Amino acid sequence: METILEVKDLVKKYNQVVAVDGVSFAIRQGVCFGLLGPNGAGKTTTIEVIEDVIPPTTGEILYKGKSRSPSFREEVGIQFQSTALLNLLTVRETLQTFQSFFTKTNTIEELVKLCRLGEFLDQHNDKISGGQRQRFLLALALVNRPELLILDEPSTGLDPQARRNLWDLIQGIKAEGKTLILTTHYMEEAQYLCDEVAIMDYGKIIARGTPAELIRQYSRGITVVLPRERYALKANSFPLPVREVNDTIEIKTDDVNQCLEHLITHGVDLTDITVRSPNLETVFLNLTGRKLRE
Amino acid sequence: MSFKRLWSILKARNLEFFRDRSAFGWNFLFPFLLVAGFGIIFGGETYTEYKIGVFPSESEQVSIERLNIPQRFKEMNYLKFIGFPNAEEGLEKLKHHRIDFLLKAGDGPHQYWINDASPNGYVVEQMFKASLFPAESTLKAEKKEIQGSATRYIDWLFPGILAMNMMFSALWGVGYVVVRYRKNGVLKRLKVTPLTAFEYITAQAISRIFLLMFTLVIVWTGCDLIFSFRVQGSYLHLFVIFFLGSLSLTALGLVLASRGTSEEFTTGILNFISWPMMFLSEVWFSLEGAPQWVKSFAKIFPLTHMLTAARKVMSDSAGLIDVGPEIMILSLMTLGFLTLGAALFSWNK
Repeated sequence: METILEVKDLVKKYNQVVAVDGVSFAIRQGVCFGLLGPNGAGKTTTIEVIEDVIPPTTGEILYKGKSRSPSFREEVGIQFQSTALLNLLTVRETLQTFQSFFTKTNTIEELVKLCRLGEFLDQHNDKISGGQRQRFLLALALVNRPELLILDEPSTGLDPQARRNLWDLIQGIKAEGKTLILTTHYMEEAQYLCDEVAIMDYGKIIARGTPAELIRQYSRGITVVLPRERYALKANSFPLPVREVNDTIEIKTDDVNQCLEHLITHGVDLTDITVRSPNLETVFLNLTGRKLRE
Repeated sequence: MSFKRLWSILKARNLEFFRDRSAFGWNFLFPFLLVAGFGIIFGGETYTEYKIGVFPSESEQVSIERLNIPQRFKEMNYLKFIGFPNAEEGLEKLKHHRIDFLLKAGDGPHQYWINDASPNGYVVEQMFKASLFPAESTLKAEKKEIQGSATRYIDWLFPGILAMNMMFSALWGVGYVVVRYRKNGVLKRLKVTPLTAFEYITAQAISRIFLLMFTLVIVWTGCDLIFSFRVQGSYLHLFVIFFLGSLSLTALGLVLASRGTSEEFTTGILNFISWPMMFLSEVWFSLEGAPQWVKSFAKIFPLTHMLTAARKVMSDSAGLIDVGPEIMILSLMTLGFLTLGAALFSWNK
């Protein structure tokens, strides 16, 4: 697969504050690339430099191997983290206005079907719910049939159901073979949607790979969790390391069968047992010593 | 430049404006109310009135016929008589400039009081003294009538109010609105599309100029039905002058809109420009007699040139050639403001 976008040694400073500190990565065509990290990590700044909203202090952005030309804006679809739209227009009129800016566009019918806009198409664009608004903003980003779609925290502020719906939409767009860049601080979102991720912290990329690679590399082992009242034994009598966390005890193991055998042997009641696989959240915790939303 | 994109953003801006019913209605109602208000206040022949206190009188309302004061003083124009029970109350009002002249009713010799700090008091004193001479006194002066019909104050004021309304609408409707759009991120969203800054600001300017001219025609027609304005020159020439004026004011609005994300700061700048322009461009009163530097300073405002030209057409039957200097200045100002606005324009800072 060809590289569609390349970021080389990107630095963005605001006076003395370094928001992005020497970031480099390349994205292959057809891949969903996730830029993860806590608030203030530099994700949005990186994205806005890529989008040509703000200039970099130093560094280079290459689109299809060249510096971005005016055609970049024709071929890229963008959804900002938060945005306002032209007032007092309906959803349909706003889509039509944006359609007129581009040479190659989706029809309104295609966008309605793709993003499920039918129920609120003729409502004013500021009189729709949070979930509807995110679907509408996604439709706006798709209006020009983009080759590269950039979504900056698309599901922030949505309830779990609306978030799931949005993920399904994004999966549909991925299935069409489009390249996506997605920023998020929801690890489960990244794990569900992204083929490759880069984890950012304090303006730098601290790890990069597929979700599975990162988990394998930075977060080995499975965690078995039990309510403390079910675990009657003393910690030092158990052959595996045991950690008390609030009202639970956590046992880390590489062999879950062996762990369960030990628990049964020691007469522990397994009624409320939880077995937790490692995820990107634990990757971040292991890399930085902090939780993502701390 | 793409006309499709320009037309689309122009259409969106117009829809936004016409759907905002309150702003739309106010845009027509405000100048109409101003003109109507001033029409009522100054509509009659007496727009400068001197207040004469007379005592003793049982009530504030006095019957001029029954007042025992010089007959010729009673017959003078622009005088309003107010009754007082005694001298003390009259003097109190005179001291605080509530009345211009205080007169004791009765047979002569007449007694009167004026406030030495009041120019109006001095004028009324001269009128009173003149009224004491017999009517048949020989005057070494001859009255000549103005040729043609004299300009009423409302005819003089009306173009000023319309032009002032245009100024506020152009500066706030472009300057403030674009800064608000920059602040809330609308401009940032537009920036990442192929829409160019030139297309965007051109659409804003055309939309506002269309609205200004539309408002002008509606308000003019509405007010004309009530006040029957006298336009000595051509309506077409007047329209051209107002059009050029709206161009230059809108272009000035674009300069103010070119940068900034603070609505508060923009409000300050808009006030800083619009208030001196309103007072020094002869909207409300003539600068005749003002210091030369004030008159020279007033020429930096497009409103001054628009009003000078409009009043020349309305009152003196001037044609476009007669107002050539004003047309030239307005055109140059438009060009200068547009160039500056386009050079400074930023989508997101």
